[in-house]
Amino acid sequence: MLKDITLGQYFPGNSLIHRLDPRSKILAVLIYIVALFLAKNALSYALLAAALLVCVAISRVKPAALFKGLKPLLFIVVFTALLNLFYIRTGEVLFSWWKLVITVDGVQTAIFMVLRIVLLVSSTFMLTYTTAPMALTDGLESLLSPLKAFHAPVHEFAMMMSIAMRFIPTLVEEADKIMNAQKARGADFENGRLTERAKALLPLLIPLFVSAFRRADELAVAMESRCYHGGEGRTRLKQLKMAACDWLFLLLSSALVVGVILLKRVTL
Amino acid sequence: MEPIISVRDLHFTFPGESEPVLNGLSMDIDEGSFVVILGRNGSGKSTLARHLNGIFRPDSGSVLVAGMDTADDSRLLDIRRTVGLVFQNPDNQIVSSVVEEDVAFAPENLGVPSGEIRRRVDEALKAVDMYDYRLHSPHLLSGGQKQRIAIAGVIAMRPRCIVLDEPTAMLDPSGRREVLDTVKRLCRRDGMTVVLITHHMYEAADADKVYVMSHGKLALQGEPREVFSNAELLRAEGLSLPDTTELVYRLREAGMKLPEGLLTVEECARAISAAIK
Repeated sequence: MLKDITLGQYFPGNSLIHRLDPRSKILAVLIYIVALFLAKNALSYALLAAALLVCVAISRVKPAALFKGLKPLLFIVVFTALLNLFYIRTGEVLFSWWKLVITVDGVQTAIFMVLRIVLLVSSTFMLTYTTAPMALTDGLESLLSPLKAFHAPVHEFAMMMSIAMRFIPTLVEEADKIMNAQKARGADFENGRLTERAKALLPLLIPLFVSAFRRADELAVAMESRCYHGGEGRTRLKQLKMAACDWLFLLLSSALVVGVILLKRVTL
Repeated sequence: MEPIISVRDLHFTFPGESEPVLNGLSMDIDEGSFVVILGRNGSGKSTLARHLNGIFRPDSGSVLVAGMDTADDSRLLDIRRTVGLVFQNPDNQIVSSVVEEDVAFAPENLGVPSGEIRRRVDEALKAVDMYDYRLHSPHLLSGGQKQRIAIAGVIAMRPRCIVLDEPTAMLDPSGRREVLDTVKRLCRRDGMTVVLITHHMYEAADADKVYVMSHGKLALQGEPREVFSNAELLRAEGLSLPDTTELVYRLREAGMKLPEGLLTVEECARAISAAIK
């Protein structure tokens, strides 16, 4: 049951998007989000949606995977849509009954808000779907490295992230094993009220924590044995390199921001 | 020739405990040899392993690695790249979610240029016969394969000596076989010094030298034949004898006249058939 968890899942592939430098992908997503927040009219939303669809098509990520990722957000999306639909009372009235009023502006804002959330989440999903977790942390480390000047522990942070990712499957497997062992002895994780279920988790969490600490200790010794001594003087097997297509990708993303700003003047 | 590792009168007690774990232990390990250290749980063999690359420091006595004292902080990195350590649980020594990046970890720490890292990683993965798995995720591999990845991760430092602390304890028989074959090949073909720490006697049969530890000291040392012929002492140490040695021991107890120092199945069979005639 725990194995179903997919955390920022990565779909291996060899498309143009997959091969981009992780740094340019991270930056492009940030630029895209800026563009999203600047977008004010239907044309600019259409432009941004089209840009994302092109990326999805190039990367050959299945649209079904994107929808699956969006599913947990369904409640927030519907909630936002309804709020905007009923609270905005400017513009031409389309429908009115008792205290409920729906206006043209309301409908428009609701659609825009839904689009904004969906595009924002989808674009970040595209980043994790097409970038291997290790590449992602390498990219983050490299992008944040200017902060080292302020003694920010950037390397340590990236190392922690990649070790955490390495140990997720190991700990999930272990949690499953402990759960089965407890179930075999009559533990019940599924029934009862919320407080009861939370209490039932204790016998799972305690051994899991104890074992995680033991693992951490052993891992630290193993890392030291392999000459780990912090980020200083460390080289990498795969050096990140910005190629021409990375710069082009960033240029195109920036063009989106410019496009959205220009489209602001256009009224339909 | 100067031994690669030289341990002199090593004493060590864990902070806050009264019983010493290592109590006056000395040994010399020759370069290029295959050495097995035997002992039951609590005999201090894992603690000894952690002294061989400076993870622990002696309370008194000394450990010299290629002439460098492990008590000398300034040589610690050189010591650790000379003696690589492989541990019992492969899961807890793999740092990366991609096999080749894990193997690259040590050379990355040593500041090796990236082209050279690539060469070392490929070479190390080929040496343990895991090159085809270089892009796999370690958690999907079997125990024996993970342990070979851990060994590759150490070989990529190009150490002169590799110390393995019960590397087969958590593996099934086929995983055990894989790891032992790999380790023996590294020693015999590539000339690497191998120190294998275990409580399985049969893993010691091919060793150049066997040490038996008991209560932080050496109880026995010598070639496998000499050591295995001390059946009583080994039994008292809680070590189970290899099948052949066990058989010969029992037959002799029952009054059959058999020579000492029989080790392989063929030797045994010949000696027994000669005795029956």
